[in-house]
Amino acid sequence: MLPLDAEWFDAESLYAELREGVRALLRPDAALVGIWSGGAWLAERLQRDLALSGGDKGFGVISSTLHRDDFSARGLGGTDATRLPFAIDGRHIVLVDDVLYTGRTIRAAVNELFDFGRPASVTLAVLVDRGGRELPMAAAFAAARIVLPATQKLSLTKAEDGSFAFSVRETA
Amino acid sequence: MLMRRNPQLNAHGELIHLLSIEGLPKAVLTQILDTAGTFLSVNDRDVKKVPLLRGKSVFNLFFENSTRTRTTFEIAAKRLSADVINLDIARSSTAKGESLLDTIANLSAMHADMFIVRHAESGAPYLIAQHVAPHVHVVNAGDGRHAHPTQGLLDMYTIRHFKKDFNNLTVAIVGDIVHSRVARSDIHALTTLGVPEIRAVGPKTLVPGDLAGMGVRVCHRMEDGIRDADVIIMLRLQNERMSGAMLPSAGEFFKSYGLTPEKLALAKPDCIVMHPGPINRGVEIDSAVADGSHSVILPQVTFGIAVRMAVMSTIAGNQA
Repeated sequence: MLPLDAEWFDAESLYAELREGVRALLRPDAALVGIWSGGAWLAERLQRDLALSGGDKGFGVISSTLHRDDFSARGLGGTDATRLPFAIDGRHIVLVDDVLYTGRTIRAAVNELFDFGRPASVTLAVLVDRGGRELPMAAAFAAARIVLPATQKLSLTKAEDGSFAFSVRETA
Repeated sequence: MLMRRNPQLNAHGELIHLLSIEGLPKAVLTQILDTAGTFLSVNDRDVKKVPLLRGKSVFNLFFENSTRTRTTFEIAAKRLSADVINLDIARSSTAKGESLLDTIANLSAMHADMFIVRHAESGAPYLIAQHVAPHVHVVNAGDGRHAHPTQGLLDMYTIRHFKKDFNNLTVAIVGDIVHSRVARSDIHALTTLGVPEIRAVGPKTLVPGDLAGMGVRVCHRMEDGIRDADVIIMLRLQNERMSGAMLPSAGEFFKSYGLTPEKLALAKPDCIVMHPGPINRGVEIDSAVADGSHSVILPQVTFGIAVRMAVMSTIAGNQA
């Protein structure tokens, strides 16, 4: 693992920016849905910090596993499950994730979402947009935009006290 | 010493065929049960279908009759978006004398990706698994008296659903154990998952002596067998597999080993009653029990679909 330059790449201060970005995106009838796992942590904390309707458990969690395009190569992997504690028909959904990269996870997550109904709109907010898109996906809000070599995997970690940090792993 | 690899696992220890529960590590079983939990919730969606097996062809090859198992495999494969082909084997080329491997070779030439096999001969799914191309997967849907691994797994899912874990349970399997591939698969699964007390209950003619070697307590009196049990798995009396007089009569069997409300009262108050089906009312189980509050026979059927989805998607995602 490589430590990122903490001076400008502090997950906690990026989270504070994301919180304000999401606040601006929220329509009156909006609901938060976090993409498992990093996005789900963010949605959980945003739900609380923004005091959204439905209480602390009022946010949704969505798994991209069942719609992934690399299933035949990767298999099922974990057993994360989608959990949507509200009907999504006609709702304005703000989808939250930690890192936006190729856009394939977002594509799979949106497909998964539509298995549950027809939302009025879906907007994407992310902590970090690292470029490298392979599909026409864009975030309405990104707290940071960086460029990383394709050999590096960037992901969010959550400490026991709930605080966020980034980890970078060499994949090649 | 040269260790032969379990033919169900690839070099990374991942499941590529499901042929028997025997020899599978606990982690593999637990992973399937966890995955099944994910698929159970697919029933609650507007769209009750996921695209994991889209474009794959699943062939149901049932050389023996089955309604429930074949249907639940078909539903499971369709929920995963696979194309399902049901072969009516009794009327097919096998009846004209084609060998099993020739049948498989021909179906493989039709680009089969998965075979779901039920066969009267123990070991037939192994033979098929040895001869298919590396990208083709095989699931045993019951072979002779040997194994019925998806039934074993759905029984484990049912037990975990109602009892939360396996650590302190007493599980009684009652009835025609000598002919039962379900009993064999259940015993292997219960042992691997850590159930401390497994009892095999039935008359001497139907409960083989070698079970004690599998760590199972053999009980020939029903009352001893189900006393304080947390789970009772009733088995069907298999008339079609019974040759010779192993039993005086079905009526006699019911008197001694049929599960009635009176006998059930000996088990724990929150005991669950399971049965792989089809049930013979008044032979191994009283209607009052089969339809009663302890019975989880119908949830077993529902869970069976999710478990078969988990098995098919797990093996399809792993490379030989």
